[in-house]
Amino acid sequence: MAKIKSLEELMKIKENAMKGLKMRDSGKRGKVIVAMGTCGIAAGAKDTLRAIVDSLDEKGVDDVSVVQSGCFGLCDVEPTIEVHLEGAEPIIYGHVTPAQAKRIVEQHIVGGKVVGDLIVKRGEL
Amino acid sequence: MSVEDVHEVVSRIYEDVSSQSLERGDVLINTLHAIQDHYGNFIPIEAAEALKEVTGTPLSRIYEVLTFYTMFATHKRGKHVIRVCKSLPCHVTGGQAVIDSLKYRLEIDFGETTEDGLFTLEETSCLGLCGVSPVMMINDEAYGNLTPERVSEIIDEIVSRERSESL
Amino acid sequence: MPVVENTVLICAGGACISAGEKSVKSVFEETLKKYSLDGVVRVVETGCMGACDLGPILVIYPEGVFYQKITAESAARIVEEHILKGRVVEELLYKGDSGEMKEKPQEELPFFTEQVKIATRNLGVIDPLSIDEYIARDGYFALHKVLFEIGPDDVVEILKKSELKGRGGAGFPTWMKWDLTKKAKGETKYIICNADEGDPGAFMDRAVLEGDPHTIVEAMTIAARVVGAQKGFVYVRAEYPLAIERLTHAMKTAREYGFLGESILGTDFSFDLEIRIGAGAFVCGEETALINSIEGRRGIPRVKPPFPASKGLWEKPTLLNNVETYANIPPIIINGGEWFSQYGVEGSRGTKVFALAGNVKNTGLVEVPMGITLRKLIYEIGGGVPGGKKLKAIQTGGPSGGCIPLELIDTPITYDNMKKLGTIIGSGGMIVMDEDSCMVDVAKYFLEFTVEESCGQCTPCRDGTRRMLEILEKITEGEGSMNDLQLLKDLGENIMATSLCGLGQTAPQPVISTMRYFWDEYEAHVKQGKCPAKKCKTLMRVVIDKEKCVGCTACARVCPVDAISGSVRKPHEIDPEICTRCGSCLAVCRFGAISKVSP
Repeated sequence: MAKIKSLEELMKIKENAMKGLKMRDSGKRGKVIVAMGTCGIAAGAKDTLRAIVDSLDEKGVDDVSVVQSGCFGLCDVEPTIEVHLEGAEPIIYGHVTPAQAKRIVEQHIVGGKVVGDLIVKRGEL
Repeated sequence: MSVEDVHEVVSRIYEDVSSQSLERGDVLINTLHAIQDHYGNFIPIEAAEALKEVTGTPLSRIYEVLTFYTMFATHKRGKHVIRVCKSLPCHVTGGQAVIDSLKYRLEIDFGETTEDGLFTLEETSCLGLCGVSPVMMINDEAYGNLTPERVSEIIDEIVSRERSESL
Repeated sequence: MPVVENTVLICAGGACISAGEKSVKSVFEETLKKYSLDGVVRVVETGCMGACDLGPILVIYPEGVFYQKITAESAARIVEEHILKGRVVEELLYKGDSGEMKEKPQEELPFFTEQVKIATRNLGVIDPLSIDEYIARDGYFALHKVLFEIGPDDVVEILKKSELKGRGGAGFPTWMKWDLTKKAKGETKYIICNADEGDPGAFMDRAVLEGDPHTIVEAMTIAARVVGAQKGFVYVRAEYPLAIERLTHAMKTAREYGFLGESILGTDFSFDLEIRIGAGAFVCGEETALINSIEGRRGIPRVKPPFPASKGLWEKPTLLNNVETYANIPPIIINGGEWFSQYGVEGSRGTKVFALAGNVKNTGLVEVPMGITLRKLIYEIGGGVPGGKKLKAIQTGGPSGGCIPLELIDTPITYDNMKKLGTIIGSGGMIVMDEDSCMVDVAKYFLEFTVEESCGQCTPCRDGTRRMLEILEKITEGEGSMNDLQLLKDLGENIMATSLCGLGQTAPQPVISTMRYFWDEYEAHVKQGKCPAKKCKTLMRVVIDKEKCVGCTACARVCPVDAISGSVRKPHEIDPEICTRCGSCLAVCRFGAISKVSP
């Protein structure tokens, strides 16, 4: 990685990275963000992450990426995940145990139907 | 554990930690952490003595630091050190029951180690995980939303993992 | 205990039995056997769950899904759909009073709409291990601005206009600290980040360190440029291993990109960072104790003055700020001081991250403009107190702060107001307590903490707090006298006036504060030997009313110390010798048979 020396270089990284954040040109139609702060991990987020990855694999879904992020601040309902699918508003789910994670993958990511009883927030944070 | 072996280990650890530091010297606490990780949850006196040789710091100064900070132990502890939070947020959300169940299940009190050397139980101040209280840490892993039942499950898991690893 | 995947509770209350529960249960068990699930699913009959008109009812754990009006057919379906395939059968879900589906569409919750995320802007949005994503959100643009467009004096001006005050607890004007350190004489200077967050109830620094480590790297580099420092240290408590991991990674990638280390962004400005780990000492959050700790010594505070700005780490001028304070710097530099000070109120500008913990529904982190009332924070944003209990008090500012009673929760949260109420904002931790808390017990709890964490250097703190704790223990055991209460007050004043550092100077605060607002509770303990909240162990017992107990065994199953005896369908009994008064049994009894009584 060559070191950055100018504003232009910085701007270029920003533009490319923004596309990644918004999933344009990335070849993916969606991503699942798992809140992996220590509080999330203490509530079982690692198992949730694994369950999501396994479930996506099982269903043969390869155009949805799974990424980790810091604490959303919603400690009470952890583990929490945010599902971003192209063309739809992001949904934050709470109390996502491995069993619920599987459910969300099947019903929402594959089936396109939001899982009503687990929603904590619709729309941008 | 011969004196020479300990000296070698400590010397290596100290060099390693120092090389990552911007300011050589005065990396005592980082070094002690690394030594403790190496010997498994405690710092033997031989290591403290070796550190004195390696750094030139008086033994009294090393011990001053070792005995002040609660995370350092000078006596052997269990393989899994359980630190359960006893601060207020954990207390008002059912922390008492969690502490009781730990003591009951492991049959030890704070500061003690189980006979099989697997667990040491310690109390700790706030771990900064109050959103998922009650909370405990076992070595570097954090466990939240604890209930007596969950505590049982976690201990069971560790015990069965240890058993299968030793086979 | 065998490993059980699901536990199914079938309500076997009178109403459900009459509605056909027995047949539901047998069909359930048969179907489980058919799929060989009878070893992994435990079926338990319980007492009445209360929703009698919707029976038979069953609840599937661990998810806690309620099904209503179950018939033999739907029971089989639940086994096949839910237990076997993990698919909740929506049309059979419990519908509650309104008959509506129990959905939780809470998008317009005040929890989200009231927040203004500045320090926590990237939490949950970016991958903390990705420097590119940090840059995508304007990361390192502030650093660029400081190196190429504006100078150190301009930065101080911007901070002055922002009116940002230290978010670690002391609330000292940030611009002033930076200016003083900048003006201090000396070639060698240091930047330190205080990441030794230790206040019970505070966890915002951890969230920022784990979720947005680059903001700290950027802010400290900017600070170094402004005050003229070459090296920086982030002092992280050892209990935050994930934060240490992510910060280390952030520093590494920042160096690769040229944002840290030699010739930053191609200029002749060099600055590098290092992590120093704490080792379990709360007092190291005090700035001079922290400095001593980095120097490889006991974390014992030094007398101030001199302040770190003039004589800090290795006697050199040192800038020390808290994690949250640093997290605000990059956006303030980019957007300007007035942008930040538009939020908040006079004397308390900007936003603050509050950590909600304790007996409150929505525990977690919220960043809101200063000046919000406690009522709004706890009830609207926090969702209020769960379990239908009443709010009793809110503890703010950790062990240095005091309690605010229910009557005063319409107070706007500002530095001045909190001081007037006898507490402080501190790091922003808000511990909510319901009617089951005894305020004398709470004061004792804080003092136990302080006695444990006192470094031991000065007599007022080391011995004074210990004496105060002894008196409080006497009082909670019903052995105190009115004289003791006066002694507590006197001791408290003395310790506050004569302790060497902030820990000791504020240690008596929880006691003084609870005495101010809950004097009647102290009096009851002393004059009548009673604990009104029925919390203090020596002054209460937990008993089972044999008339009301139906022997459902729920309490015996949750007792962590096996203090409850009794056979199924026979009244149970609690052994007072073994009982630790934890309250677990009370929480599960559906028949109101368990209560706390004064002996």
